[in-house]
Amino acid sequence: MRIGRVLRTSAVVAAASLALAACGDDGGNGGEAGGEEGGVAEKSCEGGGDASVTIGTKFDQPGLGQKTPEGMDGFDIAVACYIAKQIHGDDVNVEWKEAPSAERENLLERGDVDMVVATYTINDERKQKIDFAGPYLLAHQDLLVRADYEEIKSEEDLKDASLKLCSVTGSTSAQNVKDDFAPNADLVEYGGYSECMTGLQNEAVDAVTTDNSILAGFASAEQYKDKFKLMNFNLSDEPYGVGIKKGETELRDQINAAIEKMVADGDWQKFFDTHLGPSGFKADTPTITEK
Amino acid sequence: MVDDLAFLFDKYNVVAAFWVTVQLAVLSAIGSLIWGTALAAMRVSPVPIMRGFAAVYINAVRNTPLTVILVGSSLGLWQTLGVTLAGERATEVNFRLAILGLVAYTSCFVCESLRSGINTVHVGQAEAARALGLNFGQVLGRIVLPQAFRSVIGPLASVLIALTKNTTIAAAISVAEAAALMKTMVENEAHLLFLVTVIFAFGFVFLTLPTGLILGWVSKKVAVKR
Repeated sequence: MRIGRVLRTSAVVAAASLALAACGDDGGNGGEAGGEEGGVAEKSCEGGGDASVTIGTKFDQPGLGQKTPEGMDGFDIAVACYIAKQIHGDDVNVEWKEAPSAERENLLERGDVDMVVATYTINDERKQKIDFAGPYLLAHQDLLVRADYEEIKSEEDLKDASLKLCSVTGSTSAQNVKDDFAPNADLVEYGGYSECMTGLQNEAVDAVTTDNSILAGFASAEQYKDKFKLMNFNLSDEPYGVGIKKGETELRDQINAAIEKMVADGDWQKFFDTHLGPSGFKADTPTITEK
Repeated sequence: MVDDLAFLFDKYNVVAAFWVTVQLAVLSAIGSLIWGTALAAMRVSPVPIMRGFAAVYINAVRNTPLTVILVGSSLGLWQTLGVTLAGERATEVNFRLAILGLVAYTSCFVCESLRSGINTVHVGQAEAARALGLNFGQVLGRIVLPQAFRSVIGPLASVLIALTKNTTIAAAISVAEAAALMKTMVENEAHLLFLVTVIFAFGFVFLTLPTGLILGWVSKKVAVKR
């Protein structure tokens, strides 16, 4: 069995490293996160009409925004698609553009994209440069552990120094661990969450920590189903908003109206259950704060 | 601009991050020099199996991307096989594994530079030494390598500069060096992206430019006059 594990890890290593080298894309990790039925056109939101809108999103976030051979897939994609259809009509053409975390403000400021729907936490520093609509999801930082793991029971247990946590290098979640709720923990920071997930599987780390929505996306992926569980700790508030260019109040009102309609229609719950539900992740319907 | 710069240096410990980079670079440089010299000795040795091993090792390792080597040592050696190199905390383990990976990779280039240096030593020198009754180890250690090293200081400086910059890849396996801090700063201060980039670019120039100048001067000083 040793050989089997080695081979399996080498495959993940190769995939993860190639992805790292290519700057982005977390490398075939998530697979079919959602399992949503429907053709390419529906998934990618290409109605074939005249109206077109460019949306920045993540391409490497299983369950939220992921580029797959069949088109774009995930909760962010479904929400962005819904908003675009509400504003521009059902036959709107959406052009998806990758929006890595560090690039999001720049993409909006330069006008390369009309809006950014990319696990974009609303905060004051970002509001100095751009405006937000929404939020469309209230996420919290949380822990993902193996399904049979019993060592951590409450947030108090995070003070324990022997705890091995894993997150992504330089991410806000990793900084929260160091500065805030687990300064003594042994924090491992990798280039992507896929490396943390293999560490969790191999029992090299005890828990992976970041926004529960991202963790739920990974835990909902086919190959990880039923292996991991979310602790449901609310370690921080991460309201995900739709980023728009500063001063576009009309667009903001339109997006907010679309989000409210999505929640009222029950479509929000449908998207949520399809893309993030399988991990047992629960979230309340969002309330618009950016008016 | 100046205010932003003061703000960044006040909020983040840039010097500490670069200190980790220096530690990585220096420790890996020492390791690669030792292992690279051993590899070069194997490549020119009269024992076919040693020559074969060194040739296969070098061609396998130097053609593997460094990211694969480093992520592979962390995921494969540590996570799967439980190799910790006597480190207790995960951060220690990954720091040591990063040095291991950097040494494994850089020593290939050290070896190849050194081998070209060995080729600059006239074959008559080795023949004369052998005629005096020195064995292979003595010929290499006392006659050939000292002259070879003196002629490859310049190329080794390039290898050292490349190594210093390659240490940034260790950020991918949880080593808190300069590139890891840069990621943190970009995440928090995306509006100062340009300034952050300039700080780190300048930081590396500050480390590598003197390395090149000093070793260039040394290489002139010690060059074998023929």
